[in-house]
This record gives sequence, structure tokens and C-alpha cells, in this order.
Amino acid sequence: MNELKQKIGLGVGVALVLAWCLLPVAWILSLSFKSQAAVSNGSDPGFLPLDSFAGLENYRAVWEDDQFRRAIINSIGISLIATVLSVMIATLAAYAIARLEFKGKKMVLTTALAIAMFPVVSLVSPLFDLWRTIGLYDTWPGLILPYMSFTLPLAIWTLSAFFREIPWEMEQAAQVDGATSWQAFRKVIVPLAAPGVFTAAILTFFFAWNDFVFGITLTSTEAARPIPAALSFFVGPDPFQRPASLLAAAAVVATIPIVLIVLFFQRKIVAGLTSGAVKG
Amino acid sequence: MAAISLRNIVKKYGDGFPAVNDVSIEIADGEFVILVGPSGCGKSTLLRMIVGLEDITSGDMVIGDRKVNDLAPRERNLAMVFQNYALYPHLSVYENIAFPLRLAGASDEEVDEKVRNASKTLELDEHLERKPGNLSGGQRQRVAMGRAIVRDADAFLFDEPLSNLDAKLRGQMRTEISRLQKRLGITTVYVTHDQTEAMTLGDRVAVLKRGLLQQLATPRELYENPGNLFVAGFIGSPPMNFLPAEVEGTRLTLPFGSVEIGEEKASRARDRGLLIAGIRPEHFEDAAIADQQGSESSFTATVEVVEWLGNETYAYIPFEAPEEVQQQLKQLEQDLDGESLRTQLVVTLDGASRISEGDEAEIWMDASRIHLFDPATGENLTVDREHAGEIPAEAVEVGA
Repeated sequence: MNELKQKIGLGVGVALVLAWCLLPVAWILSLSFKSQAAVSNGSDPGFLPLDSFAGLENYRAVWEDDQFRRAIINSIGISLIATVLSVMIATLAAYAIARLEFKGKKMVLTTALAIAMFPVVSLVSPLFDLWRTIGLYDTWPGLILPYMSFTLPLAIWTLSAFFREIPWEMEQAAQVDGATSWQAFRKVIVPLAAPGVFTAAILTFFFAWNDFVFGITLTSTEAARPIPAALSFFVGPDPFQRPASLLAAAAVVATIPIVLIVLFFQRKIVAGLTSGAVKG
Repeated sequence: MAAISLRNIVKKYGDGFPAVNDVSIEIADGEFVILVGPSGCGKSTLLRMIVGLEDITSGDMVIGDRKVNDLAPRERNLAMVFQNYALYPHLSVYENIAFPLRLAGASDEEVDEKVRNASKTLELDEHLERKPGNLSGGQRQRVAMGRAIVRDADAFLFDEPLSNLDAKLRGQMRTEISRLQKRLGITTVYVTHDQTEAMTLGDRVAVLKRGLLQQLATPRELYENPGNLFVAGFIGSPPMNFLPAEVEGTRLTLPFGSVEIGEEKASRARDRGLLIAGIRPEHFEDAAIADQQGSESSFTATVEVVEWLGNETYAYIPFEAPEEVQQQLKQLEQDLDGESLRTQLVVTLDGASRISEGDEAEIWMDASRIHLFDPATGENLTVDREHAGEIPAEAVEVGA
């Protein structure tokens, strides 16, 4: 009896949370399938696109838009490069912080944290000037650099926590088995820290993908403009009508890569991978 | 395969504390040497210096004919089994064992042949594809050994390999290690705090205390001729009894009476005032059962507690010790990681003995087996130096 009650309660609770979280997504989905006209004059106010169902027309329009296609390529490219570089650097840095004793270790950690605390907005205008002077304005590296500097601290902190969990003996065993320090790091430590590496990768990718402030200030053309910024420039064929359903379709398209990437990375985050390494 | 020679090895940490202090051990090719001692005696540090995971402050470490002080672990060609096994959890058992070979760049056929050989030796054949996380403690232990035997290392190093196993498995693995070592005939250094392992496995045993080598000898020599109070108390279970004693003529006065010890022993200990007599529990017997009755060597005492184990009986007989001796015994207990409890005599009697708690019992003792220790230095005054292996001079002086 009690168990049944518990189950029902759990089900209701989960349903409530899901509804709360997924409502905006559902709304956007519904909008993206309504026809442009119906949204503009409000002829179909219901949630489900009944008589205004436009099929995939909005998606086709979005996809045929050259600017948007460029923006997607920009976003994917910039986010992936920023993620890969950031995770690689963070892995090395975190390993050093977790394993080695060196002067200024505390300082590295606190500085990293301090950098992460800077409000993005306060950095944007100096960066804008700097980037224009040295020619990074409106280029991929111009966005990759700030993304990296903002995600590195978090990645370093996450990863050094993971590295600290890996028993020293693993590495010593590898060294006795004939590995150089680098081989021990690559063949034993990194595989063991994989969950941490992928966690850091997801966080970095999120930040880069969702960023709007840098994206809109440090770019001016589709040479480097990422999706969030591009969406705000999205006008559609009629400049006097906000193309709400087109925007919705674009938003859905922009969400798909991140869902895919999270699903892919999440499989790699296997909890308890280190179990069985050492007794205890 | 190679001999290992430790020459005046010293390890000092940042605070200047010598974890290992001037230890010299010559390990012959193919020999099985045990490093034993209570926790903090520097045995693990010594092992890690051999393998290269710990820097050597001073002294020479020679393996074969190479001085290896400054070589990285991978250049020393030694195989080590860690206390917690340190298996690679992301690799299968097969790949764990193959790991050293792969690093050495062996061909796939060679790897396969050697791994299958090792797994057959250790009976791991049906587990080769499993991950270490799914193995039992004993199986993990065997995988760790497989990783060690798969390559042609110059020596095996074991760092308390059995301490994580339960008692039954520990016994089995102990014989397994012994068999393996004899078959491969490879030089082995084995660290343990368990004296049973030390006694059963080792060709020779090095007893360490606070970074100092106390005695290096065969198990039998250690047992029968301990160089000092520490070794005497450390080796043997239940431990050796220590009693306040005084020599008068050729007789030794103990709290329970006096016994005849003969001129040879008496002469070495005469005129030294109060001494500590050490006698092992099994050198006592219920006088009613003992064959070699001699009224000179028996005494009567009140037995406080009796523990009957079937094959034998432990009887506990409390006694009073003078302050001087008590201090020394308390210090000894601390060195041995023990609790200093009341001073009592533990005697091992035959299982047939009918002595029960509270009895006034007549106990016979084998006076020829008594050792006499100097209470100030801990030195064994009656040691038979010819059959005591190596006893470094400083162990007696400082070790007290």
C-alpha cells in the first residue's frame, strides 16, 4: 500500500517537473509547425497547430537561408574547437595541479577562479577594441579565445578533482611496468579520468554554444557569427513582420546539435569507472 | 635475474627525519628476502627505493652490476606487486597482464604467448576477458602477480601483497607465492608486517625498527637467536615472555623462583645487576606432563586465565616487575605497535594439561632456552653469534 502511494507520488512529481521544464520546448516546437500568417494575425491561438499546420515549411525556409546555414557551421566549428582546446589544456593543467608540488599552485587555482568570476559584459568592450586592433575581430579565433578563457577555470577545477581521485599507485605501477611519465599519463591516467574529461567537455561546449554576448559584439558578418547572434538578426522575407514561426524553427534546429552532443558525451560518463583499480 | 645490494642506504624526508637509516643488505641472486617490522619502520620506503619510486638520500643501490640510484623505475627492470594491486580498471585482465609487454613493444604473437603462459600458471584462463572490477580479491591479486611474472624482470618486489585478503585466502596465496618464486628462481624482496609471512616465505628476514636494520638472518636464526629485545619480542606468537632476572653464581633468579642456567650463560651476564630474561611460551610445560622433569627448573604459580585451543593451552600468570624493567617493557610494546598491558607470563602448555583457572600449578621450564637481555641497551647477552645472521652494531646501541 505504502509502496504504491510512493510510486504514484513519484510519478506525479516527475510529471510536474518535466512539464515545468519542457513547456518552453514544447511551445517552441508547436510554434515552429504553425504557418507564418497564422502566428502573425493570431488566428490559431491553441497550443496544437490544428488548422494552421505548416508541415516542414518553416524548417525548409530556415535551411534555405544562407545566413543561418553559415551561422550553424560557425557555431559548430567554434564550439568544437574551443571545447577540444580547452579540455586538452585543462587536462594537462589539472594533472599538474593534482599531482605535482610547485610554487604558486594555490595562485593558479585562485586566479583561475577569479577569471571565471569576471562578468562577461565588462570584458566585452575592451576585447572589442583589442580584437579590432590586432585583427581578430570577426574571426573564429576571435571567439574561440574568450570562450576558452572563460571555460578553462571550470574545466581545470572539475578535472583536478577527478585526477585527485585516481590513486597514485596506478601511475607508479605503470612506471614500474616500463612506462615513461607521458605514457603513464596517456595510457592510464587519462582513460581513468575520462568521465571528468567528458564532463568538462560538455560544460565547455554548453558555454560556447549558448554564448550570445561575445557572439554579437565580436562579429559583424557571417564570417564568424554564431547561431545565438544570428537568430537575433533573423528577419525573414518581410522586414515589417517578425517571423516568429521561422525563428522557432531556427531555435529548434539550433537545439538539435547540443542534444546530440550531450547524448554522445553522456554515454562516456560512466560512473564508477575506477572501481576495481584498488582494493578499498 | 640479478643480485641486489643495498649499501648504507639512507632516506631522509624534508623535515630531516631519517625514515631509513644506514641500511645495508646484500641480496643474493635468486634469494627470497623479507623486510619486516612494525608500521613506520621504513620497510616500504626501502622497497620503494629499490624500485625507484622514492629517491635515495645517500648510499648505493646496486642491481646486478649497475648502480641504479639515479635510474627511473622503468630503467631498472623490476616487477612490483602493490599492496592494493593497482590494476588498470579500464583494461581487461588480458590487457592488464600484457601492459608491460605492450610498453616494451612486443609483437602480438609474443604478447599472446606470454600472457597465456602467465594466466595458465596463475589459473586466470577463464577470467582473461573480464575487467578487474568484476574480480574477487584473490583473483585481483593473481592478476597483479601475472603482470609481474609476464616479463623477464631482474627481481620481484612485493609490498604487503596479502594484507588485503582474508585469512584463508592469505594462507593459500602465501604458498602460491612461495611455489612461484621457487619455480622461477627469481630474486625477490617482500615487505610485510606479518611475521607468519616473514617466517614461512623468506630465505632470510631483515627485521627493521624505526629505519634501522635490527637483524638479518634466516627465520630459524631469528627465532632461536634474536639479537636484541626488539627482535625477540617481534618474532614469535604468542610473543616471548620478558621477566626481571638476576644472576647469582650459575643460578638465575626469576619472579617465580630460581633456575640453573649453567656457567656459560651465567658468565656472560654476571655482575650486571638487574637483567631481562626472555623465554618463549612453548619452553614451558605443565610439570605433570613434561617428560624431562627436573625439580630445579620448575616453579609453582597461580594461573589466572586459561585458554584451551585443543592442541595446546595458553595459561596466563601475572607477576610484579620492578619499575626499571616495566619502563623497558612498556617502551618495547610501543615499538611493537602494541598496548602495554599488565606484566604477565604466557605459557603454552600441552592440550592434555588439566590445569584450570585459579589453580596453583607446577610449571616446568626449559632453562637452556632462556635469553638474557641488558635492560639498558636491549642487547641479547646470551646470543650465539655464529647462528644469528647479521646484527648491525648500531642496532643494539641506538635500538634500545
